[in-house]
Amino acid sequence: MSTAEGAVTRDTTSWLSLAAWRRLLRDQPVIPLVILLAVMVALLIAIQPGILNRPQAWVLATLRFATPLALLAACQTLTMLTGGIDLSVAVVASMSAYVMATQSVSQGDAIAIALAILVAGLVGLLNGVGVGIFRVQPLIMTLGTGLVALGAVNVYQKTVLTAGSTVPQPIQTLGSGNTLGFIPNALLVLVPVALVVMIGLKRTGYGRMLYAVGDNPIAARLAGVRVWQVLLVLYVLSGLLAGIAGITLAGITKTATLNVADSYLLPSVAAAVIGGTSIFGGRGGYAGTILGALILTVLASLLTVLDAPEPIRQIVYGAIILGVAAAYARLTGER
Amino acid sequence: MTAAAPAAGDVRTVRSAGMTRWLRRNSWVVSLYVALAALFAFTVALKPGYGPTDFEFLTLAVITIVLAAAAQTVVVISGGIDLSVGPVMAFTSVCAAALMAGTDDLGAVPVVAAVLALGLGVGALNGLLVHWSGVPDIVVTLAMSFVWAGAALLVLDSPGGASAPWLMSLIDGSLLIDWVPRALVVMLLAIGLVWIPLRRSRLGLSMFAVGSDQLAALRSGVDVARTKVAAYTIGGLLAAMGGVALTMKTGIGNPLPGPYTLDGIAALVLGGVSLAGGRGTMAGPIAAAFILALIRIDLVFLKVNPDVSTVVQGVILVAVVMVGALVELRRKRP
Repeated sequence: MSTAEGAVTRDTTSWLSLAAWRRLLRDQPVIPLVILLAVMVALLIAIQPGILNRPQAWVLATLRFATPLALLAACQTLTMLTGGIDLSVAVVASMSAYVMATQSVSQGDAIAIALAILVAGLVGLLNGVGVGIFRVQPLIMTLGTGLVALGAVNVYQKTVLTAGSTVPQPIQTLGSGNTLGFIPNALLVLVPVALVVMIGLKRTGYGRMLYAVGDNPIAARLAGVRVWQVLLVLYVLSGLLAGIAGITLAGITKTATLNVADSYLLPSVAAAVIGGTSIFGGRGGYAGTILGALILTVLASLLTVLDAPEPIRQIVYGAIILGVAAAYARLTGER
Repeated sequence: MTAAAPAAGDVRTVRSAGMTRWLRRNSWVVSLYVALAALFAFTVALKPGYGPTDFEFLTLAVITIVLAAAAQTVVVISGGIDLSVGPVMAFTSVCAAALMAGTDDLGAVPVVAAVLALGLGVGALNGLLVHWSGVPDIVVTLAMSFVWAGAALLVLDSPGGASAPWLMSLIDGSLLIDWVPRALVVMLLAIGLVWIPLRRSRLGLSMFAVGSDQLAALRSGVDVARTKVAAYTIGGLLAAMGGVALTMKTGIGNPLPGPYTLDGIAALVLGGVSLAGGRGTMAGPIAAAFILALIRIDLVFLKVNPDVSTVVQGVILVAVVMVGALVELRRKRP
């Protein structure tokens, strides 16, 4: 009896103690993110109660605009797990969207989409060769390939300028249509990708290798992991994901320009960081990243609703990213 | 007979041994300058009329990239990275342009001083946030890049303001003789005045120490936090110099950040500064910035499609860092 009571008291004190909270947050980084997201949504509703009249429309728009960001942030999450980063994602996404839109005129939709994914994978392969085999810093390698891809797609633009471009109808439906009035079709892309990434990271050998390489590359190599192969495949995957994101984005905007995804580059890094993935590698996951993408999207609409001028919007945006990252570092005691 | 006490006749061999060692240590920078000279000769051969005026234009084009790279170099050597260099340059540039719009020639002097002080403050804030937040440098400066870009838009919402005419003529034309553009002199003076005293100081040594091994530096009594904040502060000063140069160059302030963050990082990596920290020079990035700009100009002379030249630049950047990485791998695993 007394032992049971003792256990209960100890339990409550430890439940209240900071260390227990830290452990909880470290194990379940999504909990504070869900709370933050809920607070922001509540704030949004408080400022503009009109949202509640047609909640489906608001949910629809938010999910739709968060999808390309979440997809691009997947590239950052995966590469950051190994201590890397992929700064070529925005260019790759724009490029694949543009290739798809221009090729679909003459080649038909299916081939155009396949070509778009192919070129995205090729840029990823180039990144993978540089980072995996030549051991170039991922930051500078992906920066360079981004430049190469940007120039290449500009050259390509000159050759297809007269042909015109059109985003294939199925892709437009995928990007802009919805099912049952509140499920955007874009989720048909995001949900499978999210499931594959999350299950892949948790349950497959390859996923665990990503964590191992990021945590300690030398230990991983000594344990028999072929680090260069892991990295090569990783950057190809990142390129492919960026291609898929670009195609989805083209479906949402219904046009494909050469800089359609440019503004997503820094937010994609921010979404992964807010989601609790360490930029030094070895810690993080995709669930947090998706929440990070949602938080950034809700933040953007919050700032729009507040009618904040652009400068204030940027400052608040930066401050929130820093604030969340700092709070996270404080709470978990990790970097 | 040891190397420490050489006979009189051995002085030459000793000196040449020292020279060899210096060459080996600075092989990357030396080869950069050789490449720059070759590229310059190639440019002159390519365009026989290439004269002092063309060189002035080149220097004028490069001055802002060099200052961005210099700001980045100080931070990277101390083991950080500053993704907010471009926005900080835009912010300081619009501040300078907006303040100078209503002043006379003499009034521009305190404006420049104030903007440089502002740069110190901006850099210090970046550094303090890195220190306090416990968040990786790259994330903090990424977030701050939004903040400084927003601040620039607060000062001027569209390109505007003015620059004092004497400031503009300060980097226009050549000094005394041809082939010595004023912009080059101003640039080297600005960087030299900051870098040379720093390099020789205790703080400079601490920066290299912190950059190469933070824990080892801490254990040998270096105040790591103060060193890192100081590095960001000096980086902010150099970025503010870049911002002032931007206003001097264009005569206005543009609130939209140029490509300076990434261009600066490209010049820095090509210049042989290790992104891992602790290793690098200031001469390397300067040469690298000139090389990248000359390649761009040569491609124009060769009538290469500008889009193709973007590809070529990207390929050169990637190829050079790959070769550099291979050399590094060889050095590690002999």
